[in-house]
Amino acid sequence: MAVLQMQRVSICALKKDRKAILEKLQSMGIMEINHVIDDDEDFERMDTMNVRQGFEKNAQTADHALDILNQYAPEKKSLFASLEGKKLVGQEQFQKAVSRKKEIMRDAKGLMDLSKEIAENKAGIQKLENQIESLSPWMALEVPMNYKGTAKTAMLLGTMAPGTTQEAVYRLIAEHAPENTAVDVEIITSDKDAVYLAVFCMKKEERAVEDALRTGGFARPTQTANQIPAKAKAEYEAEKEKLLNRIAAIEKEISGKEGIREDLKFISDYFRIRAEKYEILGTLPQSKRTFIVSGYVAKKGVPAIEKAIGNGFDCIIDVEELKDEEEPPIVLQNNGFSASMEGVLESYALPHKGEFDPTTIMSFFYVFFFGMMLSDAAYGAILAIACFVVLKKFPRMGTGMKKMMKMFMYCGVSTLIWGILFGGYFGNVVDIVSSTFFGKTVTVPALWFAPLDDPMKLLIYSLAFGLVHLFVGLGIKGYMLLKDGKTLDFFCDVVLWYALLIGLILLLIPTDIFASIMGSKVVFPAALNTLAKVLAIIGALGLVLMSGRANKNPALRIALGAYDLYNITGWLSDVLSYSRLLALGLATGVIASVINQMASMAGNGIVGAIIFILIFIVGHTLNLAINLLGAYVHTNRLQFVEFFGKFYEGGGKAFHPFEADTMYVTVQDVTENN
Amino acid sequence: MEGISIWSNLGLVYALLGAAVAVFLAGAGSAIGVGIAGQAAAGVVTEDPSKFGQVLVMQLLPGTQGLYGLLIGFITLSKVGLIGGGAADIDPQTGLLILAACLPIGIVGLISGKYQGKTSAASIGIIAKRPDQFGKAMLFPAMVETYAILALLISFLAVSGVQI
Repeated sequence: MAVLQMQRVSICALKKDRKAILEKLQSMGIMEINHVIDDDEDFERMDTMNVRQGFEKNAQTADHALDILNQYAPEKKSLFASLEGKKLVGQEQFQKAVSRKKEIMRDAKGLMDLSKEIAENKAGIQKLENQIESLSPWMALEVPMNYKGTAKTAMLLGTMAPGTTQEAVYRLIAEHAPENTAVDVEIITSDKDAVYLAVFCMKKEERAVEDALRTGGFARPTQTANQIPAKAKAEYEAEKEKLLNRIAAIEKEISGKEGIREDLKFISDYFRIRAEKYEILGTLPQSKRTFIVSGYVAKKGVPAIEKAIGNGFDCIIDVEELKDEEEPPIVLQNNGFSASMEGVLESYALPHKGEFDPTTIMSFFYVFFFGMMLSDAAYGAILAIACFVVLKKFPRMGTGMKKMMKMFMYCGVSTLIWGILFGGYFGNVVDIVSSTFFGKTVTVPALWFAPLDDPMKLLIYSLAFGLVHLFVGLGIKGYMLLKDGKTLDFFCDVVLWYALLIGLILLLIPTDIFASIMGSKVVFPAALNTLAKVLAIIGALGLVLMSGRANKNPALRIALGAYDLYNITGWLSDVLSYSRLLALGLATGVIASVINQMASMAGNGIVGAIIFILIFIVGHTLNLAINLLGAYVHTNRLQFVEFFGKFYEGGGKAFHPFEADTMYVTVQDVTENN
Repeated sequence: MEGISIWSNLGLVYALLGAAVAVFLAGAGSAIGVGIAGQAAAGVVTEDPSKFGQVLVMQLLPGTQGLYGLLIGFITLSKVGLIGGGAADIDPQTGLLILAACLPIGIVGLISGKYQGKTSAASIGIIAKRPDQFGKAMLFPAMVETYAILALLISFLAVSGVQI
């Protein structure tokens, strides 16, 4: 339940060792590089931009080649591939691939060339198809499209507006070129876009006839073939076929290279690691013979660095506590149970410097509320077992994923317990099955009480749990104020609120309204009633007088105080927000009952049983999924809005250690083994 | 149902109308909301299919109003005995009470479903640009849902509170 303490470690060593030292640091992955030295005449930084970009480009080439390979020879992946995490490979295997990097890069480029050839061929096919398409209306033409005619006659080939008839064309020619009589018009085809026609006339009159036709919208075809269209089409088809065969051959060639997939992954990661190393190298202050690397390391990691670097190289290692103005990266540290909820906190915000890490306290409430919202023993058992199996089966899953699975496993256990308390097992499946198939209704009794029988009681409990949650939040705020030595703030902002709220609650409990909700009247001894009044009045007065204490002007101070007292409505809405604990719990139970009811409608007997099982499985899967989502979202909301709203600010930055940030494989660290 | 007049069963008619209002208004709200969010989700998946899981969760968020409506509808039906056992004899006043009790989840479900859908669509925009902010993105639609939950609670307490 804490934030790990960070220290600044600076290593000053000989320049000749710099790559080895950086590699060591990178494989350890526990230091966030952060330099405090500015440029001066003794130290300068090396320009590694070009080298780094070269590495990055190589990594991209390998990635691209992998994409191409996956496109034509998809990698066999199971449904749960995303859970498997990165493969662990031995140093030796990795180095073997690295030693062949030139060859592998050549293969990668080869793959890219092949892919480019496919793209070119596809473009070629597209072009041929366009040509075939434009030829298709002319198929009935039995002369080449650029046929010039005989010695005396000429052919005019072209299109006119759709619906043009032979007579209309003759009329057009007669109107605009009346002296030309030796004209023959043939309509080749007509479709909804145009009429395709061939007009024959005397060669010397060709121009006049074409002009006449143009007045009616005649246009020559944009693409012509110097062959008979049918023959040209056959040729294009053959060419297309050839290209298709070539593509198929290339695809086969690519899928035949499946063997280099592993190599490509290795090499891509290799270049990625080197690019990162060079990025850091570019930030190091270097003198003629030495260099300095400095950064944040968790206190517990310092001895490991001292051992690994200090013993292996000639260097000076300087460890110092952080200065006040430094803002270190934040690493959370919690017990195994609570650590699984760190992801929830991270998705809100990391604590800022010096702030209390609320993960541990939050984790208990989280699991408690989650279980209450899902509140079905069977759903809880399914969730817990499923997460447990996944955790066991995929031990190399990414850390974030692992934490989340663990969190849901704990939430599942909590759901199981709440389900037993409320008597929910797939809703009311025991009742329904026993009465439908065995003619006798059996009910599993709730260990505590069934929410459907007494929703008001559970509503009161929900609000009470919420109040505890909020009070704990206020308590954490008080703790932090005390820790910072702000006793007055602690008294005014925390103690007074406690007094006011506790007083008001004690006043509320003996009233008739509360009695009608609870079903029984609570009578407090007179002393307690007086105490309640006193607490409420002290709290209210204190808040009015003290909340605006930052202001000198007494009138403004009282006004601000009264405004702060208005925050009591905020508390009311915060507490009412916890009614979702009841509502979501009811939703799970009632919808499960609806499913059971529907499933049982087919009656008993074999057919009835089969239908029952089908509806049961589909229905409960859906109900579990949607209520799981609901419980997750609303538990988060209760933590983020209601609980964190009372005390938490956040705003710390995450720890980004200098490490081998690979994409496909994790290379085993040699030092871990010996 | 020969021989049974609507007028002599007006109470039952009102109660059934209540169940219908709860289911159809809240269901329509969810349908609108899920529809709006789905359009945004489909847009993100065309650009980056790997975000399918995340945006699907976002799209589902406005779907709960319909379930809350179903819940109230079911409770109403089983209360008046239309599910499991013969229909109870309900006078018109009681029927109207049940109808009134069903209104909150119906109306709030319709409106909150639509707006939760719009908020989900906006949150899907967050996921498209910054997938690491999933936790925060999910919170905005959940804020809208609070009011559907409150309406569900009142409808539920009111329906179970009406004496038959």
